[in-house]
Amino acid sequence: MADVASDVLEVIAKQAKTDPAKVTRETELADLNLESLDTIELIFALEEKFNIEIPYNANEATTAGINFTTAGDVIDAVAKLVTEQKGSAA
Amino acid sequence: MNRVVITGLGVIAALGKNTSEFNASLKAGKSAIKPISVIPTEGLITKIGADIPDFDPLAHFEENKLPLYDRCTQFALVAAREAIAQSKLDFRTGLGARTAAIIGSGAGGQGTQDENYQRLYLQGMKRCHPLTIPKLMMNAPCSHITMEHGITGPSFVIASACSSANHAMGVAFQMVRSGMIDAAVTGGTEAVFTFGTIRGWEALRVMAPDTCRPFSLGRKGMVLGEGAAIMVIETYERAQKRGAEILAEIAGFGTTSDASDIVMPALEGASGAIDACLADAKLAPEQVDYVNAHGTGTAANDITETKALHKIFGEHAKKLAVSSTKSMHGHTLGAAGAIELAATVCGIRDGFIPPTANYTERDPQCDLDYVANEARQAPINIAISNSFAFGGHNAVVAVKRV
Repeated sequence: MADVASDVLEVIAKQAKTDPAKVTRETELADLNLESLDTIELIFALEEKFNIEIPYNANEATTAGINFTTAGDVIDAVAKLVTEQKGSAA
Repeated sequence: MNRVVITGLGVIAALGKNTSEFNASLKAGKSAIKPISVIPTEGLITKIGADIPDFDPLAHFEENKLPLYDRCTQFALVAAREAIAQSKLDFRTGLGARTAAIIGSGAGGQGTQDENYQRLYLQGMKRCHPLTIPKLMMNAPCSHITMEHGITGPSFVIASACSSANHAMGVAFQMVRSGMIDAAVTGGTEAVFTFGTIRGWEALRVMAPDTCRPFSLGRKGMVLGEGAAIMVIETYERAQKRGAEILAEIAGFGTTSDASDIVMPALEGASGAIDACLADAKLAPEQVDYVNAHGTGTAANDITETKALHKIFGEHAKKLAVSSTKSMHGHTLGAAGAIELAATVCGIRDGFIPPTANYTERDPQCDLDYVANEARQAPINIAISNSFAFGGHNAVVAVKRV
């Protein structure tokens, strides 16, 4: 799942328009100035990249147990969904 | 300045296919949100809506007219016929030149667009139906109302997403009040149940999977609806002189823009529109009995709207009855303000406050009286109806019992 982790970090960095080297598992999405619409675009980009469906609802703090606080949270959620939904980690 | 009154009301919604059915359902407090059946839901995440599956166009229109009538035009014409019949006005007697038709629509002929693009992109066909453009254009519902009823004064459609109908009714009200015209046919219409449109809404991540529970803890977002509400408005003087039944008076209109975010609501914009409406109607906040809220059931709207009501109404906020009838007829977007003003007028007429259905638990951030789940027997003398749209367009209409 190393590929998933680096790919997710790359997608996050691209959405946040920041240097991928500055984004780690511990980075909080809020600190990247990702506002509500950026988060939705980020999820769309991840769904497209990994061919998965992410059950995210902007009205809830967590949807289906998925919490998007840190980049690590996103990596774990995507890795789990790729396995469950047989997405493509490429 | 003329006083302006409503003398005709027509509704078609999931909650009722005419005003009397709609009124009865509001009193019963029964939500019309159910599994979507006007289109196949395979491939959709959102399986629920407030659609109108038992609407039969052929019960209302000659078959040869239908190639020109998108579903949103059909709804507008059905509601306009009901409103005009109730008003007993005949626009072909000279009054038509002194009458406007101002209609709100957020999206226009989505069904027509979807159908014709499918022909080209999916089915490999080479041609669109020749009437595609006049059928899908956003102003079509308004044009057909003018043609069917001989209205030759000002006519146009206003598009401000979920505030479209309130803007349309507000502008029509101002035209009659100023004396530019004597009467208007106004309201809103929407028909957005197509696969592509719903997928678009789903991508915004604001749709509720279960139901619409405005202001309640555990709310998960909005639920789409379809339909139209149209009203006939005219000067108080004219209505009185001809002995027309007056349903309510339009007392004021206020509108502002957030100028901040394309989708997130802003407190200043929302409260500013309420404030402007009360000032326009020359009403003190303490005079208002009921607020038909925008109340979409999203996390963001319901908290911001509650704050806006606290800001404008102060201590009186606790005494206000506030409800979101979207919990019953869904979010009908460009028709929302009209369907919700219709609900408010029903309450004024019959002395009841329509409830917020599907309310389960108090949210500490939404701490007003939301008339949970059951209609309340109580007179409404003065009410406002809020619409706060994507794009930051806010529009509030005030109505009075006459």
